[in-house]
Amino acid sequence: MSISTTGVLARPRTADARPDPPAKKRRPPDLRRWISPVALVLLWQAASSTGVLPPDELASPVTVARAAVDLAVDGELGSAFAVSLRRVAVGFVLGAAAGLALGLLAGLSRWSETLVDPPVQMLRTLPHLGLIPLFILWFGIGEEPKIALIACGVAFPLYLNLHSGIRQTDPDLLEAARVLGYTRAERVRHVVLPSAVPQTLVGLRIALGTAWLSLIVAEQVNADAGIGHLINNAREFLRTDVVVVGLLVYALLGLTTDALVRGLERRVLRWQTR
Amino acid sequence: MADPVITSAVRVRGLTRTFGTRRVLRDVDLDIAGGEFVALLGRSGSGKSTLLRVLAGLDREVRGEVDVPGTVSVAFQQPRLLPWRRVWRNVSLGLRGVDGRAVAVKALAEVQLAGHAEAWPLTLSGGEAQRVSLARALVREPDVLLLDEPFGALDALTRLAMHALVERLWNTHRPAVLLVTHDVDEALLLADRVLVLDDGHVITEHRVDLARPRDRGSLVDLRAEVLADLGVDRETT
Repeated sequence: MSISTTGVLARPRTADARPDPPAKKRRPPDLRRWISPVALVLLWQAASSTGVLPPDELASPVTVARAAVDLAVDGELGSAFAVSLRRVAVGFVLGAAAGLALGLLAGLSRWSETLVDPPVQMLRTLPHLGLIPLFILWFGIGEEPKIALIACGVAFPLYLNLHSGIRQTDPDLLEAARVLGYTRAERVRHVVLPSAVPQTLVGLRIALGTAWLSLIVAEQVNADAGIGHLINNAREFLRTDVVVVGLLVYALLGLTTDALVRGLERRVLRWQTR
Repeated sequence: MADPVITSAVRVRGLTRTFGTRRVLRDVDLDIAGGEFVALLGRSGSGKSTLLRVLAGLDREVRGEVDVPGTVSVAFQQPRLLPWRRVWRNVSLGLRGVDGRAVAVKALAEVQLAGHAEAWPLTLSGGEAQRVSLARALVREPDVLLLDEPFGALDALTRLAMHALVERLWNTHRPAVLLVTHDVDEALLLADRVLVLDDGHVITEHRVDLARPRDRGSLVDLRAEVLADLGVDRETT
């Protein structure tokens, strides 16, 4: 699995640069695209029903659905969900605060950049998921190492994208603001920060993807609650149906946050539509 | 704002600007009276844009005397609008933070864009964006308006309309104008005085004492003279 944390310049920055061609109008969904996914699920069900796929290797779709309903009804799924969500939320807030603060510092001041950027660039080459052993030694096996891992995954992409977004501010626009008599603080507010927003949002999406990934890895280690705990417990009892339910919940959480960021982008970047 | 004692809007004496070993401006003198329209002609690399940047206060690494006592506005070759601010907010940027929506819309009406006040800059055509840029420059009622080849990136038809617009705006607001251009016709159509800059030095000056609006036919003789100053032969034009 590879998640890129490097900055991606996804959008034009100046009034003169022509942005991407207009986004395609939303067309009614092409139902034919559902044919093969549905066929695969049916095939899976058929393999399970005929015994080709034994339930201790992979439960059938119907069993998975039943397990999901059972877990939801007795509240086990809800409480596991809440624990996992809290971990991601706390880790995200801490990581985002660190990443954004350092990104602003390095972006707005040459001296801070000289001091901050080299160590951050070196650290980001470490695969952060590999830090688990150290985090366990430092923080024990409670909530702290999990939250720290998620915070690390969030901080780096936000730092990198905010920093490079600020650095890519169009000097022509800054000059125009200078001619209008804008002070440095006003130029930062009206020109620099708004022009860093598109790339920071790219960073936000990468950060959220990394946050969920970090959660999943962190919860494989000594989780006594949460979705990961649910999955590990189920493994002990060969409950492949519950394992699949846990995986589906992870996937849904990831999709939901991604959709939220997309919504945010549409709103914040509506000036890019033409 | 403008002190009544001040008669010249721009006063430059012995201005020299060096980049490394290259002297881009050599000992330039320049006076622009209040309300006067001056065009500065020159080939690329003659130093005309450098001179404009010095007057705009964007370049202070100079020797010599530069005195621009009043408010200065600049319209650049590219409109340089902030794409994340609506059109009227871009115009009110000229008022620096004052929430002057009414003033901005009035300034937009002067450039026939009142209907675009709520639009995003990226939805405008090149000519429209340049008109917004003019409105932003004029909304602060500058004493000096610096135009840095503002029509250079526009198509020929739009450029003609812009000439008429600039003339009208100048008549209404009467700032001193320095128009930097390499288009001889444009300079002669609009300016009271045309300066030719060559190799960092003002080599000639032509007064254009013709009634406005001028038509191109009346400019033929003057045009030939100015082209000769610029080193362009009659045969090649």
